Order: sequence, then C-alpha cells, then structure tokens
Amino acid sequence: MEPPKTMELRRTGKLVKLQEQIIIIALMLCSLAAILVTVGIVASLAFEAFQFFQKIPVSEFLFGLEWSPQTAIRDDQVGASGKFGILPLLGGTLMISTIAMAVATPLGLYSAIYLSEYAKPRTRVWVKPMLELLAGIPTVVYGFFAALVVAPLIRSTGSGIGFEISSESALAAGLVMGIMLIPFISSLSDDVLCAVPKTMREASLGLGATRSETVKNVILPAANAGIIGSLLLAASRAIGETMIVVMAAGLSAKLTLNPLEAVTTMTVQIVTLLTGDQEFDSAKTLAAFAIALFLFVLTMILNVISLKIVDRYKTIYA
Amino acid sequence: MVMGSIMKIQKETAEPANLSLASSGILSAQNVDVFYGDQQAINNVSFEIPENQITALIGPSGCGKSTILRCFNRMNDTIDICKVTGDIRFAGQNIYDPKVDVVALRARIGMVFQKANPFPKSIFENVAYGPRIHGLASSKDHLEEIVISSLKRAGLYKEVADRLQESGTGLSGGQQQRLCIARAIAVDPQVILMDEPCSSLDPIATAIIEELMESMKQNYTIVIVTHSMQQAARISQKTAFFHLGDLVEFGDTEAIFTNPIQTRTQNYISGRIG
Amino acid sequence: MPDYTLTTSENLQRRHAAEARFRWIGRLAVLLSLGFLVLMFFSISTRGMGAFGQTHIQLEIHFDEAMLDPNKQRDPQQLARANYKPIVNQALFELFPEVQTRRAQRSLYRLLSSGAVFDLANMAGQNPDLVGSTQLLWLPASAEVDLFMKGKVDVSLEEKLRRLKNNEIAWINQLKVKRQIRKKFNTAFFTKGDSREPELSGILGAMIGSFLSLLVCFSIAFPVGVLTAVYLEEFAKKTRFTDLIEININNLAAVPSIVFGLLGLSIFLGVFHMPRSTPLVGGLVLALMTLPTIIIAARAALRSVPNTIREAALGLGASKVQTTFHHAVPLAMPGMLTGTILGMAGALGETAPLLMIGMVAFIVDVPQGITDVATSLPVQIFLWADSPEKGFVERTSAAIMVLLAFLVLMNLFAVFLRRKLEKQW
Repeated sequence: MEPPKTMELRRTGKLVKLQEQIIIIALMLCSLAAILVTVGIVASLAFEAFQFFQKIPVSEFLFGLEWSPQTAIRDDQVGASGKFGILPLLGGTLMISTIAMAVATPLGLYSAIYLSEYAKPRTRVWVKPMLELLAGIPTVVYGFFAALVVAPLIRSTGSGIGFEISSESALAAGLVMGIMLIPFISSLSDDVLCAVPKTMREASLGLGATRSETVKNVILPAANAGIIGSLLLAASRAIGETMIVVMAAGLSAKLTLNPLEAVTTMTVQIVTLLTGDQEFDSAKTLAAFAIALFLFVLTMILNVISLKIVDRYKTIYA
Repeated sequence: MVMGSIMKIQKETAEPANLSLASSGILSAQNVDVFYGDQQAINNVSFEIPENQITALIGPSGCGKSTILRCFNRMNDTIDICKVTGDIRFAGQNIYDPKVDVVALRARIGMVFQKANPFPKSIFENVAYGPRIHGLASSKDHLEEIVISSLKRAGLYKEVADRLQESGTGLSGGQQQRLCIARAIAVDPQVILMDEPCSSLDPIATAIIEELMESMKQNYTIVIVTHSMQQAARISQKTAFFHLGDLVEFGDTEAIFTNPIQTRTQNYISGRIG
Repeated sequence: MPDYTLTTSENLQRRHAAEARFRWIGRLAVLLSLGFLVLMFFSISTRGMGAFGQTHIQLEIHFDEAMLDPNKQRDPQQLARANYKPIVNQALFELFPEVQTRRAQRSLYRLLSSGAVFDLANMAGQNPDLVGSTQLLWLPASAEVDLFMKGKVDVSLEEKLRRLKNNEIAWINQLKVKRQIRKKFNTAFFTKGDSREPELSGILGAMIGSFLSLLVCFSIAFPVGVLTAVYLEEFAKKTRFTDLIEININNLAAVPSIVFGLLGLSIFLGVFHMPRSTPLVGGLVLALMTLPTIIIAARAALRSVPNTIREAALGLGASKVQTTFHHAVPLAMPGMLTGTILGMAGALGETAPLLMIGMVAFIVDVPQGITDVATSLPVQIFLWADSPEKGFVERTSAAIMVLLAFLVLMNLFAVFLRRKLEKQW
C-alpha cells in the first residue's frame, strides 16, 4: 500500500525542517565568533593585567610619572626595581597622534571637499583610487619611509637652521602617521559629504551662494557629526598604530612637549617588552598586557563614541 | 560681435530705466537648446515672461519644463554634462554672457525647489542665510528686520514667531516650503522660480501656498513649473505647454485652457497624453 | 526702481576671490597627498631597484678530485659537505698571481661572498660528475664589492673609514678590464631565505611564510565571516543579542592590530600551546583581524541582492534556508569575494600582531608547512630595516616593492572581480 502523497510530503518536510534548524544553529554559532574574539581579548588582557597589578599597584601604573621597566635579575641587585608609570607613554602617544591629526585633518578634509564638491568626475575617478592606494600601503612601509627619508630630512633641516634634532623624533613619526591617515579621513569624510542631500546644495546655490560659501555654511555644518565621527576613528587608529612608531619614534620614555625629541608610545613599549627573550611571569612582560588593556579600553571608548555619532548622522539623511 | 554685445549690456545696466520691459518681458528665451550629453532636452524654445505676473510651465513629466526653468538662473551650470545654447535674457541682459556674474544672477532670480529643503539650522538662520552671504544687512537689527519681514511676506511669521531659534527641519511640509519661500524672498529677488513647489504637499498646504503666490505677484515675477493643470489654471496669467522638449503653445492661461490652438495641447488638457 | 544689475561688483569680486582661494586650498591638499604617495614610491623604488641586480665574479674553478673526493665515491651528500674554500682560493690566486702575502690573499678571498662556496657545494652535490672538471663560473661577490659596483661606496673617503680598501678596489678594476665582473639578475633574492649576509639573503622564506599564513587566515575567516553575515542579514531578528554582535563587529574592526597579537600570544601560545613563530598561529591571529572586514563586506553584498529575488524563490515554495543558499548567497558571492580579497590584502601587510607571536625570529630555512617556524614578508622588511648593514637598505626597499606589487595585484584582482561578476540591479 502506498501512503497518500500528502503524508509523504509532510514526513520529508519534517526532515528538511530539522536539517534547516541545524543549519540555522550553525550559522548562529558562527556569528558568536565575533563576540568570542572580544571576550577573548578582554579576558586574556585582563587576566595578565590582573597578575601585573598584584605586583604593581594600579595607582602607580596609572599616575606614575616614570617608566623604566628594568627589573632586577637577581634579588640582591640594587636600584633596579623598575618603574611602571604609564603617563610618559601616554604623553608620547598623544603627542605623536596630535601631530598626525594636525597633518591629516586639514589635508584629508580639504581633499574630501575638493573631490566631492569641485573635482570633475574624470579627476575623481583617477584621484580616489590613488588615495585608496595610499590607504592600502602597509604600515611597515610607512615606518621604513619615516626612518629612511623623513627623519634624516627633518634632522638635516633642523641642523641647517640650528636645531639639534635626534634621529628618532616625535615629529618624524607624527608626520608620516599623518600621511597614513590622510586617505582614511578623506574617504570617510567623502562618504559623509556625499550623504548630504543634493537639494541642500541646490538651495544654497539657488540663493546665490558661491560653492565655498555653500560648503562652509551649509554642507559642513550639516555633515558636522559625521566628520567628527570619522576624525575620532582616525584618532583611535593613530593611538593604536604600531609599526611607524616602532621604527621611527624611539624608546626614551620621558614626559616632554618638545616634538623634536625622541619619545616612546604605548605600542612601542608593548613591542619592546614582548619581543626577544622573555619570561612569562615577570612584571616586565605582564606590564605589556596592562598597557594593552589600557590601549584597548581607550580606543574602544573612541570607537564606540564615533560609531554612535556616525550612526545617528546616517539616520538623519537616510 | 562679442565686444559689441558686452558694451551694449554695460550701457543697459548703466541706465536700466530706459529698458522697455513691457514689450519684451523681464525674462526672455530665444532659440534655446539644452543638451544633456548627446541627449537634447529642449528644442529651439522661444518665449517671454511678463513682469509681476505668474507664468506656469506645464506638460507631462520629462517634457523639459524643469530644465528650462533651471536655465533662467543657470542652476544647470552645476550639472557637468549640461550644455545650453541660444539667448536667455533677464531685463535685456544675456545671462550667459561672460560678463554676467552667476552669483549676482541668482540673487536676482531666486528659486524654490520641488522638495522643501530647509538647511539643518534654526528658522531664523535659514532666512538670514541669503542676506548674510550677500551682505545685505547693515546691522544685527537690520538683519532681524529682513528675516521677520520675509517670514511675514511668506505668511509664516505668525506660526513661528515664538520659535525662531528652533530647527527649520522640525516644521511641517507646508511650513517648510513656505520657509524656503521666505528664504528666497529675503535676498530681495525680482523673479522667483518655483519647481513644482506643492508636489509633495497636502491640499490644504497647497491652498495656502497658492494664496501666498497670488499675494506675492505684485512684488515679484513668478515662474512656476507644475504637473497640475488645475493649479496652473487657478493661479497663473500665462501658461506655457511643453511636450518632449518642444514649447508647443504659450499664451494667456485662459486661452490655453479654454481654446488651445495646437492639437497636442488639446490632447494633454483633455487627458489624452500625459 | 528695482536693481537689475548682473555684472560683478566689488563685494562680489571679493567673494569670488575667496572662492578661488578655497578651491586652490582643496586642489593643493589633493596634490600634496598624492605628492606624498609619489615621494614614497620614488624614494623606495630608487633605493630598491639596485637589489634586483647582484654583482658576480667570473672564476675558472677546478673541481679538484684530490681535495673534494679523495675516496672517489662521488657521494652527493659527501660532496655537498666538502670544503670548497681551497679550490676557490686557488682560482683567485691564478687570476691574481702577483698577490703573495697571506693578508693580501685573505682580503682577495673577501671579494667573494662567503656564500660562494655553498653555491659550489650545491652544484657538486647535485651533479657529482663535475668533480675533476674545470668550469668557468659566475660566483656572487661580497656585499662590499656589490655596493662598490653600484656606485654606493664613497671612494673620496679616507681609506681607514672605508670597509673596502684601495687594493681591493684595484682588483675590482682589474676584473672590470678583463670583463670578469658584472651585475646579473639577482635570482638569490627570490630563491633564498634570510641570511646575515646581505648578498645571500632572499625573500622566498618570507613569501612562503606570508602565503601559508594567508592560507590559514582565508580558510578560517572566509567561511566564518560569510556564515556570520548570512545569519545576521537573512535569519536574525533584530534583538538585543544581534545588536551586541553588531557593535562588537564594528568595534573589532577598529581595535589596534597589536592587541590581536597579544590575544594570540596569551590564548593560542599560552593556553593552547600552539607552536610559536608558525604560520598556523600567525594565520589564526590574522583571521581574527580580518573577520570584521569580511563580515561587513559580505553583509553589504547580501543587502545589495534585491528582495524580489528572495520573494520569487519563497513564492515557489523554497524554504528560507534554500532561498538563502540557492539564490541570495551565490548572487552576493562576487561582492563577498571582493571584500575578502581586500581583507586578505590588509592581512598581507600586517606586521605588529605577528611580532607578538614570535614570527620575528631570524629564520634561514624556507618553511615547508604551517607548523614550521617562519616569518612573513612585512616582518622580514621590519627585520631588514632594523639591521645596521648598508647592503640591507636596498634589499628592504626591494622587498617592499615586491610586497606592494602583491598588494596592487590583489587590489586589481578585486576590482576586476567586481567589474566582471557583479550584477547591476
């Protein structure tokens, strides 16, 4: 006896349904990966940093003005207990990032304005991919460029006008990092500027405003939030950038406001503490994780704020 | 040739009083062609728009009525592939003459767009924008005076008097469009071009704006593009009917709607093409 | 009387001047940005071009049986391990019979790269029949000679301050006259691993290391990324959970890369005890880094598939899963692949996280698998950039040129894929 066709359909239907359930669950598990990575980062950093803070108090780490991570090799050694104050590193990081943003913000923003408001489509088609090429260059290449070309250039110009500039200077690292950030800022701002509705431009031009008046008085204020968001993202990238500073900024941890001196950054210290011979439990290696935790939290705050701002901006003109 | 025409313009601008506007109209188009790349959007169009009247441009969508409207204040300049030939004159001056400053032109010939597009600024700043960039106000008080009188002329002042500092984007659609009209008026233009200003508004808001146009026409020349024949019939004194880039018929509104000469016009008005 | 003036006024001229200034600032910003690009390419390629040529010296080498294979076994392994220094020395003395003192003879030998003997050993090991014969061979010159031939030695400097002495320069000039010294294409650069000697170092090991890492990276990040995107775009309802994933992905895309390196160090090496300095761990870390990029690109690609297609499939009675995997995913594939290739290009250039998991070691051997110790192209660049030897400067630049060539190729491929396969809806 053959079962009725409808029954057959229902039975296979059940099987298919089960299969599909499994597929959907598998998909869901995959999407958990993103969360797992974040959890992994936080857990591993926090775990090692916790061990670090058992040796060095948190307050000393956050507010200490001195950084010299040399710990005693033998217990009876004198004067080598190590100083783990993050402020000199933070100072160096902020100085280099500030220089970088000071270079990249005007260049990136004006490039974006020129490309979105003035450039002919034919120019745009050529210039945009060229700028994107600049964005695709690995940071190690920028670092090499900084150490090989920019730093000697700054040094010789400096000695030409009577300034003593060390071969590794915050200025060289900051300048090159700024170049790296130009395409980042220009492409994000370009997206933001293009999202401002065309009707807004027409309204202003129709009233007899020139293009620059339109940009300054209408488009930029309208794109304000989005641009601030993209600048914050760029700043976050500057703070976390590693290779350029490793190759061009130097290792001397001092609190200074002079951009011609060598400074060190959080990322540079992480690299120096963790490359080469290392024992896993010493305060020296654990310190790297504490710095990384600090760095992660700092950049995450910047990221979340900027993502929120950009998100809200997008919904205005969606 | 070119020199001669420039000199003529200069002479005319020196003595605008000598112009006989009544005979030629404040705006005139002679043999105008417009191309978008290889595509011809306007074929050899000639007509004249009288001062202090409302002229309606009607026709099915894609007929070129908006294109010709945007020629009058050279908004088409902002489109790279758009090319305009022929002779378009404002008060006797060829507006495509190299001597003409497009910024000055747009200050004389304002524009209101299809979709209300207030700037994301306060109501006050929206209206103050034009006077500011053109340097029309001599003082802060003067600027305020211009803003308030413009809002009054646009029939919006009563509704927004107590919230001038609130964002212009928070107003209703009809209010936004009247804000855009106030913004255009604030620059003190002679002509206001309106590109389907009521197409996204409800009938009540539309009625208010139509009433406003009626009251504005003693001070301004209004050219309005509309897809609504009823609207053209209600408010305009002259009507131009466009079809596929041609100006099919131009004349007194009453004559066009009651006694059209061309069969194409007849067909459109009776709803057979559109 | 209304004002009909259309010509420009003083006020308008001022505004137009401001307009022109503004436009010029914009143009200048673009030109300056592109100028940096040009300067960087120029300074790197002028320095790097030299590394593609390598100075060689022609010698008449006699593979002396008595010295190399006294037992006449012709055993390849034995031959590969024999001492070739004497026969090279002999060839040099024949070429310069006037050199007599031990010291001078030693510096004569230094004209050749210390790797020349290994080349001979390899040749004899592969072809034992060479023993007993005499061959005219081009052997690599030392880095100093190479720099001199490339015009990078300042001969005006006092002899004491130079590594290349006057008598050595005289010999080189003699060789030049005899046409027994010349630059040849530097095959070693592409066929060898790292070395302490600039003239013997190559990028093959680093390239293979990068390739293996990217392989691991791709095979993890692509499936996980695409499936995540499918779930979020096609199945997940908007809940607080998906919001959380969403924020996570966007945030991960902006986490400093070095933090991923620390994650790899403490989890993959510290907890799972995976082998240090290997492409396996490197690839895993890079996979975690590229995951957000791929997810974001794949979601955008899925979003660009019009809903009408899904509705058509659902209307025919296909299930949600079938609709997704039979229609939406294949149609979105070009976009997903484009995004993935761009993500891979980013991973190829990544350096900092690899330093953290020990791929920064000095490794001579070319890796054979994902669990062999290895380095990667950008890390190799970092290592060479750090080394004090002058000969490495041009090699660093050359390695950068190779890296950039790969990146440009990947980008072009992505563009090609997008043009070729992406449907215009």
